[in-house]
Amino acid sequence: MPALTSSAVDLIAQLNCGETSSFALTETCLQTISAQDANIRAFLSTNAEASLAQAKAIDEKRKAGQPVGKLAGLPIAIKDNMCTRGMKTTCASRILENFVPPYDAGVVEKLKAADAVLVGKTNLDEFAMGSSTENSAFQVTRNPWNVEHTVGGSSGGSAAAVAARMVPGSLGSDTGGSIRQPAGFCGVVGMKPTYGRVSRYGLIAYASSLDQIGPFATDVASAALLLEVISGHDGRDSTSVDRPVPEYSQTVEQPLTGLRVGIAREHFVEGLDREVEAAIKQSFDVYRSLGAEIVELSLPHSKYAIATYYLIAASEASSNLARFDGVHYGHRAAKFDNLIDMYSASRGEGFGPEVKRRIMLGTYALSAGYYDAYYLKALKVRRLIRRDFDAAFERCDVLASPIASTPAFRLGELVNDPLAMYLSDIYTISANLAGIPGLSLPCGLSSTGLPIGLQLLAAPFEEETLLRAARMFERATEWHTKTPPA
Amino acid sequence: MAEPLTKETVTKVAHLARLKLSETELDLFTTQLGQVLGYVELLNELDTTAVEPMAHVADIANVFRDDEVRPSLPRAAALSNAPKTDGKFFVVPQILEEG
Repeated sequence: MPALTSSAVDLIAQLNCGETSSFALTETCLQTISAQDANIRAFLSTNAEASLAQAKAIDEKRKAGQPVGKLAGLPIAIKDNMCTRGMKTTCASRILENFVPPYDAGVVEKLKAADAVLVGKTNLDEFAMGSSTENSAFQVTRNPWNVEHTVGGSSGGSAAAVAARMVPGSLGSDTGGSIRQPAGFCGVVGMKPTYGRVSRYGLIAYASSLDQIGPFATDVASAALLLEVISGHDGRDSTSVDRPVPEYSQTVEQPLTGLRVGIAREHFVEGLDREVEAAIKQSFDVYRSLGAEIVELSLPHSKYAIATYYLIAASEASSNLARFDGVHYGHRAAKFDNLIDMYSASRGEGFGPEVKRRIMLGTYALSAGYYDAYYLKALKVRRLIRRDFDAAFERCDVLASPIASTPAFRLGELVNDPLAMYLSDIYTISANLAGIPGLSLPCGLSSTGLPIGLQLLAAPFEEETLLRAARMFERATEWHTKTPPA
Repeated sequence: MAEPLTKETVTKVAHLARLKLSETELDLFTTQLGQVLGYVELLNELDTTAVEPMAHVADIANVFRDDEVRPSLPRAAALSNAPKTDGKFFVVPQILEEG
């Protein structure tokens, strides 16, 4: 049986040299999911029969000497807000409980074209709204490092599936930190690319100007390979950028000389957990020892990021989620008086509390008399936040910071206090407002055995710099080799 | 701004958002949204009169393509997730009142 402790890149090498088969690997993943997921609850659905058939077909293709894709035979899990043709896509919402998309998302097409094997769909906060995966209508995902703690969110299922070594890689989406924060909480690598780098076609929209799809993996090189496969222009997403995709997997092993690592003083203020602070400061020492220069700088508008984000994201959500009206797809109430009542009843029954809260906040912020004071104001502050980063990246190549103020918080700790939950996104949200790429990688363990994540950010389309800088750190440390206790 | 959020306003917003909420939800959201709106007042510290709003970060203006006929979803696939159809159309309750 192939060991799932190997990284995606290593598993592909094993597949290429015939050391293992995709069928055996996929079977191992499915068995591991059966054995472990009753406890972790990362998956909303698995695709056992079809994925084994797909794996077998790829094995035969490879055996016959036919050309195969870059991920040939690699089992992958996908967050359940990306459309998969013929496979349920629920957004962890009652309103889409039985939705079976008639088409594949752009990233799913790319994974299939690269001969990846889609083993299942992972849990999330409903419509990707949340920071703990507790807002799922179906189940709460638990942290493989300590099941009493959250996995973070919203892509918590995808992070946990990789952390528990149920799959070697997965996709998530990141609107305010939803890939990076769960990666940090689960001790894996998670990456949000530049806005426009990866097609959003078939990603069920939460906040369209902020959403971006990205990979989870157990190491930086595997994240680089997954990113390379899913990146690229797609005419079906009008914000998809038409520029060449670098071969991230080919350059990731090359260290950067003269690397300048920026640290923002606003990231080291009251509220930052002492162990997290110590781990992040040790990371700076690692970079110093590798010859990097540490540059202290300022992001003066940092403290406005959360307020800006929640106004913009909620406004966009209120507009995007208007499509769920009980007509074309999704839940329709059984009892209603007229057309308007059918909409309101269907939505009232189908959406969970956090989704309702954000739709309400967005509707309020966009409504007559409040638009200028809330939504327009937030768009202006967004520009100030972007300018902070433009100025910062004139002085450094990557910015290093914590991913969150604390390691994974406890289940139930913040879920009844929406504002406190929003405030927990302090370190990740600005990157979405500015549209820049970011990555989380393991940089420590707390005294209670919970992972600590280091966030690196870079200028737009500098994914290659980001990955190479991350790989330098990874090569010099052993945090990425730590796995959750059995 | 800054006047406290009332249950009446929350009820009105729920109607605009087409969300049927229970009395309990209306009470809870009045409190919780009030807290969030109180928090976002923070932005008023900043003078943004000379700042252009930034709706999105992509350096893209209009994206055009040729107006060509291309394949689209077959009708059966488009209707496959609908709560109610007659096999040809989406079926909704009567929209116009009887005259």
